[in-house]
Amino acid sequence: MLTAILIFLPLLASFLVFFTKGESAKKIALAFSIVELAVALFAVFNFHRDATTQFILDFWWVPSLGISFKVGIDGISMLLVLLTAALGPFIILSSFEKKYEKPNVFYGLILMMQMALVGVFTSMDGFLFYIFWELALIPIYFICLMWGGKNRGVVTFKFFVYTLFGSLFMLVGLIYLYQHSSAHTFDIESLYQAGRSLPASTQGVLFWAFFIAFAIKMPVFPFHTWQPDTYTEAPTQGTMLLSGIMLKMGIFGVIRWLLPVVPLGVAEWGNTAIILSVIGIVYASVIAIMQNDMKRLVAYSSIAHVGLIAAGVFSMNIQGLQGAMIQMVCHGINVFALFYIIDLIEKRTGTRELSKLGGVRSISPVFATVFMIVVLGSVALPFTNGFVGEFLLINGLYQFSPLASAFAGLTIILGAVYMLRMYQKSMLGELSPLTEDFEELTYNEKLVLYPMVIAIIGIGIFPKPLLHISEPAVEELLRIIALK
Amino acid sequence: MIKLVALVPLFPIIGFLLLGLFGKKWSKSLASIVGSGAIFASFVVAVGIFIELLGADAAHKTATFSLFEWIDAGKFSVAISFLIDPLSSLFILIITGIGFLIHLYSAGYMHDDEGHNKFFSYLNLFIFFMLLLVLGSNYVMMFVGWEGVGLCSYLLIGFWFKNTNYNNAAKKAFVMNRIGDLGFLLGIVLIFITFGSVDYATVFEQATHFTSGETVITTITILLFIGAMGKSAQLPLFTWLPDAMAGPTPVSALIHAATMVTAGIYMIARSNILFTLAPVTLEIVAITGLATALFAATIGLAQNDIKKVLAYSTVSQLGLMFLALGVGAYTSGVFHVMTHAFFKALLFLGAGSVIHAMSGEQDIRFMGGLKKHLPITFLTFLIGTMAIAGVPPFAGFFSKDEILAHVFEHNKIMWLLGILTSMMTAFYMFRLFFLVFSGQFRGTKEQAHHLHESPKSMTIPLIVLAVLSVLGGFLGLPETFHAKHLLEGFLEPVFEASEVRMLPNHLTHLTEWALMGVAVITMIIVVLVARSKYVKNNEVPVPESTTLKPAHKLVYNKYFVDEFYNAIFVKPINWLSQKFHSIFELQFIDGIVNGMGSLVVWTGRNLRYAQTGNVGFYIFAMVLSVVLILLVNYLR
Repeated sequence: MLTAILIFLPLLASFLVFFTKGESAKKIALAFSIVELAVALFAVFNFHRDATTQFILDFWWVPSLGISFKVGIDGISMLLVLLTAALGPFIILSSFEKKYEKPNVFYGLILMMQMALVGVFTSMDGFLFYIFWELALIPIYFICLMWGGKNRGVVTFKFFVYTLFGSLFMLVGLIYLYQHSSAHTFDIESLYQAGRSLPASTQGVLFWAFFIAFAIKMPVFPFHTWQPDTYTEAPTQGTMLLSGIMLKMGIFGVIRWLLPVVPLGVAEWGNTAIILSVIGIVYASVIAIMQNDMKRLVAYSSIAHVGLIAAGVFSMNIQGLQGAMIQMVCHGINVFALFYIIDLIEKRTGTRELSKLGGVRSISPVFATVFMIVVLGSVALPFTNGFVGEFLLINGLYQFSPLASAFAGLTIILGAVYMLRMYQKSMLGELSPLTEDFEELTYNEKLVLYPMVIAIIGIGIFPKPLLHISEPAVEELLRIIALK
Repeated sequence: MIKLVALVPLFPIIGFLLLGLFGKKWSKSLASIVGSGAIFASFVVAVGIFIELLGADAAHKTATFSLFEWIDAGKFSVAISFLIDPLSSLFILIITGIGFLIHLYSAGYMHDDEGHNKFFSYLNLFIFFMLLLVLGSNYVMMFVGWEGVGLCSYLLIGFWFKNTNYNNAAKKAFVMNRIGDLGFLLGIVLIFITFGSVDYATVFEQATHFTSGETVITTITILLFIGAMGKSAQLPLFTWLPDAMAGPTPVSALIHAATMVTAGIYMIARSNILFTLAPVTLEIVAITGLATALFAATIGLAQNDIKKVLAYSTVSQLGLMFLALGVGAYTSGVFHVMTHAFFKALLFLGAGSVIHAMSGEQDIRFMGGLKKHLPITFLTFLIGTMAIAGVPPFAGFFSKDEILAHVFEHNKIMWLLGILTSMMTAFYMFRLFFLVFSGQFRGTKEQAHHLHESPKSMTIPLIVLAVLSVLGGFLGLPETFHAKHLLEGFLEPVFEASEVRMLPNHLTHLTEWALMGVAVITMIIVVLVARSKYVKNNEVPVPESTTLKPAHKLVYNKYFVDEFYNAIFVKPINWLSQKFHSIFELQFIDGIVNGMGSLVVWTGRNLRYAQTGNVGFYIFAMVLSVVLILLVNYLR
């Protein structure tokens, strides 16, 4: 039942918001997102730390096709639902000092997006998963199209078609699995059974059907070219949704709908996925070094971070997967904070170009300090949230291949290069004409950023509560995969 | 006292938090009292622990205290926990003791800086991370401190953040350290995979079951050593350290003496059993150390910036310490860390006092004759110079002599090169000393007018450090003196497992005396040469505009290593970054993606012509198709 509330509360809220007029939309949206977070926290505290799926809701939806509305939460879902619910209020709050046209539609779409995301993370039926997966694309498409930058038309269209194109392969894969399932249902167990019964060569083909869909969503090199443009053109809240939560759909997809479904396919092609991911880490990091637009720089850094997570997932050991789980949460926090800070800089100076910024630290020290802490989280300094995941990921990857791990590890060097360059060019040095009267953080902005700072350091020092939520489920998953 | 070990890092972190959160509104004196007080409190606890360890019997010389479990995933588990043993207790004593003196000194030195309070908060954080580094009971904790000091050096080197050069120096330090850190990180992972744990106790216990020279141990130690090269500024990762002097002078003292650069030595001393089991790595360590020592010493010969000379001397001395570790003389390496901490802190703080008096001037060509204006600085600096040059019985003499004796056993050529390094050290240090303190003042009138001895908060640390630089060596008297090597006895439990695998000391007393004699005589000759050059003949290094002879030019420009790195790493990566983006990304990958889109559009556009809406055409097409189908069927 709790799962259903988590899914439908945002939906209900979005309908309500659609029909409100004027600025009150954002307040209603905020209120509902806070309730959603409270429900998610309630679920976390009532969650039994074992490998089972809990809070299950299950009824037939289209019985003739074996489709049921089956949702539930296990440790892996729990962390991602928590991330989705936790970022919700902050994404909404981050827009409070902005005036978007048609606020009712804007906030309604954000809430609808939240609904779809929770649905993706909790679906236990293949078809339902697909429905939510595609449903998540619609609100973000409109958010980008209606409130994006000046190139939004072309960029958003490409983003939409590209990701939709990928998902179609997944749909074919799901239907294929459905037809080969003995029970003829889309139930997750039934699809697992179907996938495992297939010969290795078929599993290999199915691997690609699913992997392409997930790889485009994350995105993994070389399926990533929609991402920098979309992140850059989308309105900040859209970028936050895309990078903070939506890209985790791809990684989650791999964990739940790829590894256990076609283990023989993964055994054959997992190497390739790791190689692509690792290439992506180095490639995107190198590109990030010379970017001038802050948003684009962080977009590329995100490709690098996600590459590491994907590589850790495909190394298929407990360190790699647990690292991926916690890093998904932490990357969500860090990238949200980064895009918010960039938004604030743009709001104050009218530009995101590094060459036109500088010197902010001398007049707005609090702003600069918060930015520094976020940067440190992002470069994975120990005792910040980024370190826990990155260390486990590199550890897991090393067990798979020392060489891949060494290459992937270049991210800790290159990450420092581009993040510190960004920080130096924007915050240090002499003031530029545009930063001359750079305003210190306002109350509202502190309300968004201080919790992020606390989360960055808090999780960095006490990551155990989060790690323990997903550990039993991850262990169970590894056990299932090992059965082949 | 041992049970209170958590207090040692706790005080500085509290100091940091207080200063960081509220310090902005505090007066400068309150900030310096809180900042220095925090370190002093740690120092008191550290002394208590040290004394307790001195009295403890062998079984009670090691103790571990866990606070809580930090990260775990499957078999991997790491706790926030502290290890107290002779090695860590010695290091915390050095860190907090010298750290405190540097804090005290900073109260005077930074008094007029607007960032005074922020400076103290960073200093406290620096000490905190360094304490974690040496107190951790597992490799991940060491890594925490390791990266933490990297961060603090970044913050402090770029302390005057309006200056782009300083910011670049700070970034360079961080990035170059991170190159080493990657090696360290992979080393930790391999340690976990090999031993199933990252706790020192488990790792070292299990390591004893390995035979010498196994590949996995060699790989682990090489990876760890890459980390040490970064942090301790060894070839080829040394160029950040000389640039690190961009920060305020007390920071240089902190980085060069008490914290940061000694981390690499600590790491190898801590992991001594692993390194002892990897003779290949030890040889690499020794060669790298020696090469760095020589290389940096030659650069030091020609520098004219007072801090730069000292910076290269640090690189060179660190090389000497690695040389000691590389020949298996772990105690000697640690001994030199200690004596070096005394005299290098003294020299840097002395240099700060000089710069303070000279209104910010750092070029020794414009100094001279400061003896009478800065009597305390002069005297203490002289002691520091004698200590680093190896004048008996100052601190540096005993530790350096001990290292060279061990090197002599190991390899005679290495010993010879070691002596050569020592000679150069003596030369550039006395060159520096004479140019600053003797002869006539060569600065501007304004500077001359302004010359003054530094305030008490600055001179007291100098005096304390001078005393330590005189007496420090007596903790490690050579056997030849028929005295007890106190330090060796104290550190015995840490290096026990390695010592049984090493060859015992073979040198006869006669040889030891002879070696000592050679060292002292060469040193005296060099000092006399320097004296005749810079005191009697009043030589001054040539001004900037002079064309130098090739060899001189090469050394003066530090062998163009920075330029070289710039040309083979920085520029190509930036170039690659642009080309990846403009060509590979936008034209190739995205070209394919867009091409596929265009293909669909193109196909659609052309297929459109088939949909004419003309019934006649449709019927014609139908008939044609039917005929074709029949034809195909018939032919089959």
